[in-house]
Amino acid sequence: MVDITPGVAYGFFTDTSVCIGCKACEVACKEWNQLPGNEPTFGDGFDNTGSLDAQNWRHVKFLDIVPDKPVGVGQGKAWLMMSDVCKHCQHASCLDVCPTGAIIRTEFDTVFIQPDVCNGCRDCISACPYGVIEMDENAKVAQKCTLCYDRLQGGMEPACAKACPTQSIQFGPIQELRDRAQQRVTDLHGQGVTQARLYGEDESVYGGLNAFFLLMDEPEAYQLPNAANAVLPSRNNERGYLATLITGVVAVIGGLIALRRRRERSPEPAEVPPEPTEVPPEPAERT
Amino acid sequence: MMSLADAEHFVRGPDWTWYILFYFFLAGLSGGSYAIATLLRLGNRADEPAARVGYYIAFPTMLVCPILLTLDLGKPLRFWHMLVNTTPGDEGPIFKYWSPMSVGAWALVVFSVFVTVSFFEVLVRDRVIRLKIADLAVRLLDGARGKLWNVVGAVLGLFIAGYTGVLLAVSNQPVWSDTWALGGLFLASGLSGSAALLGWLAHYRRDAQDTAAGLARSERLFQVLELALIVVFVVTLIPAGDSALTRAFGFPWTLLWAVALIGLVSGLRGPMASRASIGPDGTVAVRTARVAAAPSVALVLLGVLALRAAVIFSGQ
Repeated sequence: MVDITPGVAYGFFTDTSVCIGCKACEVACKEWNQLPGNEPTFGDGFDNTGSLDAQNWRHVKFLDIVPDKPVGVGQGKAWLMMSDVCKHCQHASCLDVCPTGAIIRTEFDTVFIQPDVCNGCRDCISACPYGVIEMDENAKVAQKCTLCYDRLQGGMEPACAKACPTQSIQFGPIQELRDRAQQRVTDLHGQGVTQARLYGEDESVYGGLNAFFLLMDEPEAYQLPNAANAVLPSRNNERGYLATLITGVVAVIGGLIALRRRRERSPEPAEVPPEPTEVPPEPAERT
Repeated sequence: MMSLADAEHFVRGPDWTWYILFYFFLAGLSGGSYAIATLLRLGNRADEPAARVGYYIAFPTMLVCPILLTLDLGKPLRFWHMLVNTTPGDEGPIFKYWSPMSVGAWALVVFSVFVTVSFFEVLVRDRVIRLKIADLAVRLLDGARGKLWNVVGAVLGLFIAGYTGVLLAVSNQPVWSDTWALGGLFLASGLSGSAALLGWLAHYRRDAQDTAAGLARSERLFQVLELALIVVFVVTLIPAGDSALTRAFGFPWTLLWAVALIGLVSGLRGPMASRASIGPDGTVAVRTARVAAAPSVALVLLGVLALRAAVIFSGQ
């Protein structure tokens, strides 16, 4: 049982090496947050929820890496499974761009969308690099994992972590989780599982993720941007405005030159004519 | 700097579609028209009638913008949340200079004041409104004060026409965030569309017809600028890899780009017209210039719309 104190940073450490794809996290999340869910879709895998969205704040990814040729017992990998969730980034793109102030950082250092402040502009959706946020078609506001903000306020751990039967999802103070994750990677490497690695536990990805992962492959295999691609939307602010400014200056100077009258005499209208003058419109002279 | 094929996007599109497309289009025309009108007013006083046409265009096009933006919201009745933070304990005006949507919301409010005042000013100066009090009010905008008002409004107009591109770039969407050229591109495109529209409408006002040649010249200049920025747009997408280029220019967006280019070419190769005028001293001056014809202007405006559609729809 974790003692939850406001002012302390909390988060998730999701260890994908022990995820069995049971989806208890998805069910617990929907149950607690009263998410009706989408109609399930059935493809050629075990994933029937598709992706993180307004109804799926936890989503278990099933990444099929079954080899084409038969392999010996214990030599083949079949699936990578990962319970994905909002990363509650330290440098959160969604929070950055939100024009209404609806997205806030809570007293538990998590990122929360206030449903009564959000007006559904969807700027956060365009900014989130993980495709986490979606418009809720019923509430008409942007929605995502709240890291069970209401449960934390009541001193309870998030529903998904509580329901996870393999402790793939671990909840706790961030620093404690980081220490635990480092130890787990060391242990796995010691067992010869050298592909194990951490994602988002340090500042290389969005200043650190409050929901970070132990992965069994490259981040890209899980559709997570690597450190080089983990960039903030605001990177384009300065150069975007600069390009606009330069264009504006060129256009104004060019416009003034182009609009300059050739030497000719034209009547100058009074700023406020003393008498009204009706000028019937005439068709344009064209060839 | 990213290397080829380095840009990865695992994002969800914001579903900014028709309302946003037409907002971007009308914002470009409103801002562009106001700016061109001000350039005309700052120049020769004989261009004042054409300038007034520009202020007339800026008003109705601007009027529709907040309506489109509001309708696009999930919660339209909370449109004012763009300006006022209602977070408990943090109530008050909200302005985030690093968020183009926040800056744009404020800029649109302020610009609408300038557009509205200038619209009523030209209504009074054209004697459409004939009220003593209105005449007195308009005299406040005589001389340097009026020019300063118009210059500030024009700067806001240029911002409104261009910031929409920056808004797209400040995201993590493919294509949009892979380039920094969209702000300039949308600005140039908005100006070229505005010059075409203004040039065409100026023909329906006798005292503005002499400005048509200058407007046609400016339209071509803005179109050359737009063409150059399309090239910059392509070049800036190259480091993001083939996927960005394919996404931006692949089918069906190729068709929209084709319409945009047809609009550009149509503007650059508009119909020629000659006009003879007799001066007070009896001399006859014959001037040849490309002037706007309705089909040509329609093509230019369609191109302006198609350019925005290609960018908006291909990125999400």
